[in-house]
Amino acid sequence: MSADLIAACDLLARYGALVDSAQYDEWLDLFSKRCSYYVKPRENHELGLPAGLIYCDSRAMLEDRILALRIASKYNPHNDRHIIGLPRIIANGPEGISIEAPFAVYQTELEGDTRLFATGLYCDRLERSGETFKISEKLVRVDSFAIQTLLATPL
Amino acid sequence: MLDSSVWPTNDYSRVPYRFYHDPSIYELERERVFKGPSWTLIGLEVEIPNPGDFRASYIGDEPIIIHRDEHGKIHGFVNRCAHRGAIVRRELQGNAKDHVCIYHQWCYGQDGGLVGVPFRRGLKGKGGYGKDFDTKNHGLRKVRIDSIDGVLFGTLSDKAEPLNEYLGEAMLGFMSRVFRRPVEVLGYHRQRIRGNWKGFAENTRDNYHASLLHDFFRTFGLDRPTQVGGATMDKRHRHCVTWGRMESGNDAAKEAYGKEQVASAGIQLQENSMVKYIPDRNDDISIAIGSLFPSSFFIQISNSLATRQIRPRGPGEFEVFQTLLGYQDDTPEMRQHRLRQANLVGPAGFVSMEDGEAIEIVQRATKPAPNDAQVLELGGKGAIQDCDFRINDVPVRGFWSYYAELLGIEPPDGVR
Repeated sequence: MSADLIAACDLLARYGALVDSAQYDEWLDLFSKRCSYYVKPRENHELGLPAGLIYCDSRAMLEDRILALRIASKYNPHNDRHIIGLPRIIANGPEGISIEAPFAVYQTELEGDTRLFATGLYCDRLERSGETFKISEKLVRVDSFAIQTLLATPL
Repeated sequence: MLDSSVWPTNDYSRVPYRFYHDPSIYELERERVFKGPSWTLIGLEVEIPNPGDFRASYIGDEPIIIHRDEHGKIHGFVNRCAHRGAIVRRELQGNAKDHVCIYHQWCYGQDGGLVGVPFRRGLKGKGGYGKDFDTKNHGLRKVRIDSIDGVLFGTLSDKAEPLNEYLGEAMLGFMSRVFRRPVEVLGYHRQRIRGNWKGFAENTRDNYHASLLHDFFRTFGLDRPTQVGGATMDKRHRHCVTWGRMESGNDAAKEAYGKEQVASAGIQLQENSMVKYIPDRNDDISIAIGSLFPSSFFIQISNSLATRQIRPRGPGEFEVFQTLLGYQDDTPEMRQHRLRQANLVGPAGFVSMEDGEAIEIVQRATKPAPNDAQVLELGGKGAIQDCDFRINDVPVRGFWSYYAELLGIEPPDGVR
């Protein structure tokens, strides 16, 4: 495994663990100062339509999302569990790399019922930060675009 | 048996929970509401701009196809093969000269008429269909279609009144306000809610839940109970248009809508454009929701524009199908602003995600209590009439009054 691939795997593993333990400040730290985060239905992607389910074209908007999640959103109480597949490096350069990785997110509600909440593909641009990476662009392309109940916690 | 005695009161201020759960009521709704004399939003002309373009849609839970023929005329038909009942067109959209069922290759034209069947004369002189078999009798079931300002509506009933009359003055005014300017589709949202479809119809007619359930509105000043607004219904109280003005004449409102930062008790958004309303037309209405009986909705929340269609999937589940819109003549900056404000609506919407949870917790808790009833008294009991204030349940009672009429279960001396 190349050092880049190991670093990308490490980043994705931390990404999933931080969302699943609701450590959203630490999760935000995985992103670079200038970043974007989009969750887009596969349906829109295939039709070439721009709208997303979540559309943060700046770090400020992403931080607003987390602020709203904490103080202004009421959602179905649940725990997330990310299962993130092996990343594939699709572009590599001195500034950073582009990767794709499949994911599944399960949600468990208060009485212990678990459902497959989402599957899809992460399409990420990772920026070099010393030996590691920061996320400068993340596009979460959702295969399961008929969203069950609602989408509050990050995919 | 469901009859007029189901209602505890004659003004729909009590609605028994069995209406959310009873499978026999759902069957009745399918026949008398969705296949009854009502009109449903089925798409937009702009979604099928070219000859041969088609798209899948629904009326209630009935799958339909809308198809623009070679001459530009738009047809609608039920997407169920007249032969053995299979889905004929499985793709959600595309361009085609005809529709061929994969099962036994029955072939239908762009108007849904049957144009060919295999083995019509049998094989080598044996078998085939009888002389009385006429393709004219075996087309796909037609959907009656009409449009207002490029918005397509369909009905499965011959008895539905003309679309203009069905919509009524308030809804027609609402439609032309939003749709007179040519729209473009920015994308789609789909949301599956484990609840009853009528819970969503109630939700959009009850204006005051927004400032209570959706904390984002209140926290960041998009919607306040003090804001000037109201609810206008059609003559039969089945539809409802609710609206709110951005400018209520106080400084707090000004603060919330335009200037520097949007703040509430020291908490502020970094990206103010999320809640900034840039007037799209010559009025200051920043929130407007049109609810068309039974299952169609038109949404303006700031610069976020959308249509919503409810697609029931049995008494305990429905899909909210939302089409996000902009205007064809939007500047690139305005288009970007709308894409950002799409964060407000849909399954992940800052001011809509809670509806999914609210409707589901109602569904869950009411299942074991079919004979208990919800309380709809805010804004007055008795007569159903328009309100010049926003805090009221009256349009929800209006919905139920027309629903009861269609189902043929109006209580004795029921208000209308």
